[in-house]
Amino acid sequence: MQLLYYLQQPWPWYVSGLSIAGIMLILAWQGKPFGFSSNLRTICSIAGAGKVASFFSFDRKSQYWNLLFLAGTIAGGFISQQWLSSGKPLQLSADTIHDLQQLHITFNGQMLPAQLGWTVLLTGGFLVGLGSRYAGGCTSGHAISGLSNLQWPSLIAVTGFFTGGLLMTHLIFPLIF
Amino acid sequence: MKYIFTGILFGIIMSKSEAISWYRIQEMFRFQSFHMYGIIGTAVIAGILGLRLNKTKFPPKDRVWKRYLFGGIIFGTGWALTGACPGPIFVLIGQGYSVMLIVLAGALLGTFSYGLLKDRLPH
Repeated sequence: MQLLYYLQQPWPWYVSGLSIAGIMLILAWQGKPFGFSSNLRTICSIAGAGKVASFFSFDRKSQYWNLLFLAGTIAGGFISQQWLSSGKPLQLSADTIHDLQQLHITFNGQMLPAQLGWTVLLTGGFLVGLGSRYAGGCTSGHAISGLSNLQWPSLIAVTGFFTGGLLMTHLIFPLIF
Repeated sequence: MKYIFTGILFGIIMSKSEAISWYRIQEMFRFQSFHMYGIIGTAVIAGILGLRLNKTKFPPKDRVWKRYLFGGIIFGTGWALTGACPGPIFVLIGQGYSVMLIVLAGALLGTFSYGLLKDRLPH
């Protein structure tokens, strides 16, 4: 049960980083590129989006493995919540708690604050979906697979991810919260 | 079956790494903790070594820059706003955060919009 105790604690960054690389390598050895946002395109395609935009007409069968991976990801979240949670809030930096307090956002020990309204969530989701397809990948495809494979375009995309994130956090957050 | 299993591992890793936390993403964009940089840095270094050992090459991406920069910036704003990139959206849904279904609906709408606008956007 000692092992279970360690699994339940938050993992140190190097354990997490190595494990994420491990997932990417397991998929790469099977000849599958680690790229999560491709699933959003596949789901649109299954919903019939191919009738209005040719971008969604492609060989979906080649992406079924990724949908299985997605189903596993949801199950992994459930398992962690049920059996692998320490039950303690994460150790957030005091500076971040203070800065968010200035924006009237309280640290509630959950994964996200209660102050995010549905307009923020829907708009943010829209930007994630549009941006990841426009850039041809998200954090898994560009930051992890792409940079690991020393792909120049992925470095441009990751620079974009951080530029966008910094703009939102430091310029737009004070206006909307 | 092996892909479901790999996905389960991924969901657990993302949960335990705390990279699915909106607060951790804020901490990262405010440069107030090494945590996220440590995770991404370790993953990339281990990834480079692992792919070298196995001599794996992914198909090269197009040699253009506009789509990566502009698309990347749009993605980044959404990442900071929701605190979740596509993988964590699903991990959080699995954890029982039903509000993430709104983010998922937005992400599907955004993906669909890209399909409609594709030919009119600079790439």
